[in-house]
Amino acid sequence: MDPLRQSPSRSSSRASSPRTLPCEMLGYVGIEAVLDQLKIKAMKMGFEFNIMVVGQSGLGKSTMVNTLFKSKMWKSTMPGLGVPTPQTLQLQSVTHVIEESGVKLKLTVTDTPGFGDQINNDKCWDPILGYINEQYEHYLQEEILITRQRHIPDTRVHCCVYFVPPTGHWLRPLDIEFLQRLCRTVNVVPVIARADSLTIEEREAFRHRIQENLKTHGIEVYPQKCFDEDINDKILNSKIRERIPFAVVGADREHIVNGRCVLGRKTKWGIIEVENMAHCEFPLLRDLLIRSHLQDLKDITHNVHYENYRIFRLNESHVLPRGPGWVNLAPAPASVPAPAGPQANPGPPKVGGWAKDNSDEEC
Amino acid sequence: MEAEANSGSPEDSWAFIQRPGEGCRTVPLAGHVGFDSLPDQLVNQSISQGFCFNILCVGETGLGKSTLMDTLFNTKFEGEPATHTQPGVQLQSNTYDLQESNVGLKLTIVSTVGFGDQINKEDSYRPIVEFIDAQFEAYLQEELKIRRLLHNYHDSRIHACLYFIAPTGHSLKSLDLVTMKKLDSKVNVIPIIAKSDAISKSELTKFKIKITSELVSNGVQIYQFPMDDEAVAEVNGTMNAHLPFAVIGSTEELKIGNKMVKVRQYPWGTVQVENEAHCDFVKLREMLIRVNMEDLREQTHSRHYELYRRCKLEEMGFKDTDPDSKPFSLQETYEAKRNEFLGELQKKEEEMRQMFVQRVKEKEAELKEAEKELHEKFDRLKKLHQDEKKKLEDKKKSLDDEVNAFKQRKTAAELLQSQGSQAGGSQTLKRDKEKKNFYCFTVNSAVCCMLHETQGPAFFNLVFSSCTKSKGEDCHCRRVRVPYCLKSETNQFPLPPKCVRIHTHTHTHTHTTQVFTVSLCPGKTPSPDLRGILNGSVLC
Repeated sequence: MDPLRQSPSRSSSRASSPRTLPCEMLGYVGIEAVLDQLKIKAMKMGFEFNIMVVGQSGLGKSTMVNTLFKSKMWKSTMPGLGVPTPQTLQLQSVTHVIEESGVKLKLTVTDTPGFGDQINNDKCWDPILGYINEQYEHYLQEEILITRQRHIPDTRVHCCVYFVPPTGHWLRPLDIEFLQRLCRTVNVVPVIARADSLTIEEREAFRHRIQENLKTHGIEVYPQKCFDEDINDKILNSKIRERIPFAVVGADREHIVNGRCVLGRKTKWGIIEVENMAHCEFPLLRDLLIRSHLQDLKDITHNVHYENYRIFRLNESHVLPRGPGWVNLAPAPASVPAPAGPQANPGPPKVGGWAKDNSDEEC
Repeated sequence: MEAEANSGSPEDSWAFIQRPGEGCRTVPLAGHVGFDSLPDQLVNQSISQGFCFNILCVGETGLGKSTLMDTLFNTKFEGEPATHTQPGVQLQSNTYDLQESNVGLKLTIVSTVGFGDQINKEDSYRPIVEFIDAQFEAYLQEELKIRRLLHNYHDSRIHACLYFIAPTGHSLKSLDLVTMKKLDSKVNVIPIIAKSDAISKSELTKFKIKITSELVSNGVQIYQFPMDDEAVAEVNGTMNAHLPFAVIGSTEELKIGNKMVKVRQYPWGTVQVENEAHCDFVKLREMLIRVNMEDLREQTHSRHYELYRRCKLEEMGFKDTDPDSKPFSLQETYEAKRNEFLGELQKKEEEMRQMFVQRVKEKEAELKEAEKELHEKFDRLKKLHQDEKKKLEDKKKSLDDEVNAFKQRKTAAELLQSQGSQAGGSQTLKRDKEKKNFYCFTVNSAVCCMLHETQGPAFFNLVFSSCTKSKGEDCHCRRVRVPYCLKSETNQFPLPPKCVRIHTHTHTHTHTTQVFTVSLCPGKTPSPDLRGILNGSVLC
């Protein structure tokens, strides 16, 4: 595939921009009022965010979601005595609207119970990939209509949080397979679940090993290095990249610690405070996902992953049946462009719109 | 809010997506989550991307379009005023980079040049409409591309069109009506009354009422400031009542009070541009830039551009009849376009090849022609040369004949002479000269010295004083190079085997020299009895 990294520096010039003459303004004109106009409009329209949590059962996914958004998104599932393990992977979505200081956010959380729970977990990522691609397909269909809606409803998955069980050793083959396939289609944020079973040193060692594993297999998790635009972004994102994967603990019960009411897990040997940086890295995850990079997640999904999907879709020379059966991006069928190999580049070529530096990792 | 579309045929057994109900619950938050920073995140991302805004100024020449732009943006844009002699309407577009605190704006100002200057103005609106359509087309093309860079694309679609109305005070001109009618579905039209310091206040109100009623009666939809957002609805509402704005543009400044204001100075008073009582410039600036810039852009994108896109796609033959057909027909179009393109490419290639072959042939023919010509020339020259040679040979032959004849005559004459000298006739030198005898002579020492001094072969002319013939007159004179060899005091010159007359320059030396005219015959050496040492006298 030809490398499509067109990298004009995003801040100054655009791909087709005309020759511009810089002009000095001799007085106040009021152009910056456009920022307020933007804000007002955005707040009126509301925001959307779709997040998917993937991991084996029992890793605390639902609890984590509840903790992240400080509300009862899901009923925390307990291993029901009479509930049989689902034979197939199911995807469950809930949508809520949450509001804070006048900002409305329509949040959709997709859960994947049954992932990695079977004895034979081969191709258990297919339904997930199918779902993600299907959201892209919906959006594409809406976009190429002749009479389009003013605001196309965005159901594309903006972020996928992958829960790594705290074995303390390395990434399991299932994890590696899944991450390889998914990191080309969606922004993946791996986290170490139930990190309260690891000591701090074990945590650090585990984290390093996971990072090495990711590098060896060419898995680019969010924040991707190739989308860093300028030096500030680079610095900020490097700090984050050092701490990926975050070791998190989820809790939705409150306890009293030192007179304060905190979210935490109470154990016989102490209370693990969720919001305490010394105990776990939940605040980092929350800040990344919500407070600082939410818009960025959406942008990358829209500008990169969706565009890749669109190119892939529009480049097909033969007519493909609609439906989820064909969106298998695994490196087997001949119709799908994908090579094999752990270091290879599975999936469609990436349109690196803003990459300024060609890092040696394939991006 | 909305029920999602179906997610695939229900018989897929491995993926099962559940969505609870139609409505979404609003869930109360138990604490501060932190997504209220979302608008700020959005704004930051927009800042880094930069904004762009495109204004189109339509109006007759001389209505103050450039000045108004300068005044609006408080700067001096480059450009010179247009003449009134343009043959047609043209659009001139300039892009400028403005920066205010941390907001960067790429401002494009498009101005009509020559609008309303022609005698026949029927087609004046056409270039404008074509220009606007071209911008939409460019955006549509970019959007339809397979590999597209929409987030990096410089949006050149016109966001606002300021229509300058001449301040006649009566009503709209028909040109204005026609143009605005054509433009109102394509772009946000904001009519403004230009140079409004030419109208008095009372006339202005009547003028405005007349204009609005004419626009309404002709069904022209001008841009109304949006009133759906409470924050700005009130302001926009009042402004809507003041349309069209009566503006004055000026970049001259004058100190009034204690600050510099933009003014126009007249003998009867000073018009302040930013004074609301004088004109509506401030209102225009508020509305255009400070309050509604974003709305203008959004209207352009979601209303005008979508309309254009819909019309264009329907023209290309697409229909939205059922959702299944969409990607396929686009697919087919892509396929068809690709094939068409390839076909064209091939055709062009063929054409080029043909042309190339033809050219080569022509060149070859030309070269062959040239070659032939050269050959001919060569033959001609050769023939010429041969002719010349032949002629020369003939001449030589005739000369030889002449020489032979002469020799014969000479021998005969000598015979006669020897007979005649016995008879003792004194022959004048003249006659001797005419007999053409051989002479051997010495040159005196002075001349020898001269000869010595010359380098190389001496150019020796011997003239005998008894020659009364002036130079050149009937004596077959030829200057000859006489190779001399100085053997002894008495020099003997080997006589060149030619008939020559030799002149000396006697004036260069004082010694007298016998000066002879010597005629020598070609090809014969002097016979011993003719040879002698003489000081220039005739021997025989």
